[in-house]
Parts: sequence; C-alpha cells; structure tokens
Amino acid sequence: MTQRPAAAPDAASAPFQIRGTSFTLLALKIVDPRDQTFFVKLQETLSLAPGFYSKAPIILDLSLLTAVAPVDMAGFCAALRDLGLVPVGIQGATAAWEEESTRAGLAVFPAGRAAEAQSVRGRAKPLPSPKARLVTDPVRSGQQVYAADGDLIVTAAVSRGAELLAEGNIHVYGPLRGRAVAGLGGDRSVRIFCRHLDADLVSIGGFYMVSEQMDPTLIGKPVQIRLVEDRLVFDPL
Amino acid sequence: MAKVIVVTSGKGGVGKTTTSAALATGLAQRGHKTVIIDFDVGLRNVDLIMGCERRVVYDFINVINGDAKLSQALIKDKRVETLFILATSQTRDKDALTQDGVQRVIDELKTQFDYIVCDSPAGIERGAFLAMYFADEAVVVANPEVSSVRDADRMIGLVTSKSARAERGEPLPQHLLLTRYDADRVEKGEMLRLEDVQEILAVPLLGVVPECPSVLQASNVGMPVILDEKSPAAKVYADAVSRLLGEKIEITVPKPTKRGLFDRLLRRSA
Repeated sequence: MTQRPAAAPDAASAPFQIRGTSFTLLALKIVDPRDQTFFVKLQETLSLAPGFYSKAPIILDLSLLTAVAPVDMAGFCAALRDLGLVPVGIQGATAAWEEESTRAGLAVFPAGRAAEAQSVRGRAKPLPSPKARLVTDPVRSGQQVYAADGDLIVTAAVSRGAELLAEGNIHVYGPLRGRAVAGLGGDRSVRIFCRHLDADLVSIGGFYMVSEQMDPTLIGKPVQIRLVEDRLVFDPL
Repeated sequence: MAKVIVVTSGKGGVGKTTTSAALATGLAQRGHKTVIIDFDVGLRNVDLIMGCERRVVYDFINVINGDAKLSQALIKDKRVETLFILATSQTRDKDALTQDGVQRVIDELKTQFDYIVCDSPAGIERGAFLAMYFADEAVVVANPEVSSVRDADRMIGLVTSKSARAERGEPLPQHLLLTRYDADRVEKGEMLRLEDVQEILAVPLLGVVPECPSVLQASNVGMPVILDEKSPAAKVYADAVSRLLGEKIEITVPKPTKRGLFDRLLRRSA
C-alpha cells in the first residue's frame, strides 16, 4: 500500500491552487448614499459608457462617510447590481460601516493611498553619472583610449592598430579591428562585447588572445568574450 | 576668409605632392588666389612638379628665419595667374621648422590668399605635424593598399586630435582622396576595393584617381596633371576641386577595362 505524504501534495492533482495576483478595480466614491437621486444620477453616468461599466467589479470607497450612520448595504448593493455593477468590497470605512458591509457579503480592502506628489525641481543634486567612458568618434590606428574608472563604450569603429583599455567591461558597437584590453587592473569578471569581431588582440584580466588564435567562424560576428578558468571564451551573441 | 588645406597621408609615395599641385592649380584656375607651401624640408619636390625649380631664390625656411620677406620668396606660376608657390629648402632639415615661424608665415599668407595648400611630408614627425597643425581642412591621400590605408587612418586620427582646430574643439573636415586606383587589379583582388577603404577610413570621399601614366609624365615635365586635358586624372582632380568648393558632384570610380575577343587576340600576338 502506498501512502501519499500529506506535507507535499502533488500540485497537479490538488483540487485548487492559491496564487497571489493583482487587478486594477474601479472605485465608487460615495458622498451621500441617502440622496434620493443617487441611483438616477449614477445611471446617467454609467449610460455614457455602458460597455465599460457593464458587470464591472467595483469597490465602494466610503472614506467620506465617517460621520454618517450605515445604510442597509445589502439593499444598496442590490440596487447597484441592478445597474450592472458588481460590488466586491469596501475601503476607507469606519468600524460600523465595515460591520454592515461584511454582513452584506463585501470584502474589506485596505484604504487606498494617493502617492504624494514630489517636486522634481526640489531635488538637490542630480544623481552621479555612472563611471563609464563613452566614445562616439572612430578610434584610429595609433590612438589609445583608456577608461580609468570603469567601462568603456565605443559607438564607432575601432581601427587596426588602435587600442582600447578599460578597468571594466568594453562595449564596441562599430567594427572592432584593433586591440581591446578589459579588466586592465586584473578584474577577471569583466567582459568584452562587440557587434563585429575582427580584433587584433583581446585581453581580459591579463589573459590575452591574438586574432590568429580566434575561431575564424566568429570573425565579423557579434560576440561576447569572457574569462572562464583562465581561458577566454567567445560566445556568439 | 582664407582657408588652409593640408594634403597629407602618413605614408610616402602615394601622391601627396601630385595632389597638392593639382588641387592648388585647380583652385587657382577657378579664380581663387592660391599658394602651395612645401613642408618637405630637405627633400623639396613641389617646385619640381610645378616646374619652377630654377626660379627658387628664397624659400619657406628663409622666410621663417627672417632672412627674406614673404614677397621675395613667393614664386608666381607662369600658367595660372592666381597661383603662387612657396618652395622649401633642400639644404636644411625639418628642425628648421618652428611652430611660431610657421604660424607667422601662415598668418601673413592668410591676409593675401584665399587658399593655402600645405603639402605635407611623409611620416608623422615635425614636418607632417606642422603641415597639418594650422589646417582648416584636410585631404588625406591613400592608395588602395593595406599599409597606405593604415597610415592614412593614423593620420586622420592625429588630425582629429592634435591639430589647432581639434585643440580649440572646432570641427576640421577631412576628405579621402584615393590615388593610383587600378580597377583591373582591384577586380583581380590584388588591391583593396574602394568600399573596403571607405569602410576602414570612414571619411567622405573626394575622388578616386586612376593609375595612369599621364600622372608621372606630367610630373616629369613639371606640369600639374590637372592642366593635362587628355589625362583621365585631370578630370578627377577637377571634380575634387569642385567638391572642395562645396559643389555636389557624383564620384566617378574607374572601371576595369573591357577587352573584346579581338583585342585579346591582338594583345596575345603582340
């Protein structure tokens, strides 16, 4: 005889599953539920977009009614259902209103909060820029570009005989034909990314490879280069 | 407003002086008062190509050193009214060029001329540096060949970063002039294709001068090739001058020669 352990029910065979989820609901902010024209005026509003409100789940926001005694919520909800709305809960109510609503089968939602407006202008200082060096002009033969604080990003071509040096990662969006030396200070976790690999030499954290040793099928291709156990690994992108 | 144009390349023998002479003559032909300066101190060539080597009395170095006035050193061309030549010294070397001296001469020339064409020596040393330092515009000459293109790339980088305009943060337009382009050899894969060169250098193209015996011939008789109406190079240089002056003209790329069967048979028997 096999016994299913109770602590680990088979998810596939369980009769239900509980998941967290979130919805955006309409809230009906009620100002005066005893107003004789309440439902007439509400219907006028709903008729402006009947498709939108039809069978729409709705929350009753009772935060304005703190000084008012509760009305018959069961009857109130029935009248709302007659207009095509589906009241599912309340929020912002006093204890007396909550009790009356619970009895009418409504859930109590935590009070909604409006985000506090903040002035952008009031902020004292702009955030410090990330320590990457951006180069938008071609890097020509004999030129050397060094990113001393971090990553180096080149959006143009890097010619043969040009040299890119960075303490961090190197990104090249034009053809990379020169040398790219990343992790100059010995950081072995950095990488080299390029859209068109045709480099004379690449190096990460002191481990280098010249073009002759590279896989010829990757030349001209988008590639990322990383260091794995003292070996340079080329991944096509 | 006078404009200083440097003709440079990095590598030697690609056609800088031929180009300087042709462009300066072309600019002068269009009525602009133009002077061509030879920066290749010790290996003077411009006066030979311009056919005025026997008329050189004072030169660029004499003017820099204050031994002669600019007006004494400027040689007026005999063919084109508005063209002048400032030859260089054959007995001195590049150290005779000083930054202050060159600046003084160029500033003085700017008051008299529309265009100042600086013919750069090969290399990236003092002469080449000072030739490009005061430039407002650069013409980079290259052959469709790997080492020439590499050197041109280096030169473009230097002009972009080390010229006076670059130091002031002002733009310095650069143009590529491809010379000695042999379409037949390009087709056979013996020379770089125009597209390859453009892809590497990524500067606007000023023209493609075909490999042509008329260029050497013109040099030998001391005549800027642009004046040889029968030379295909003359047309290319004339178009290049138009482009320098801001006209929009389509680039003509030399095509490989088409040889018919009859022609080939004749050649074979010859």
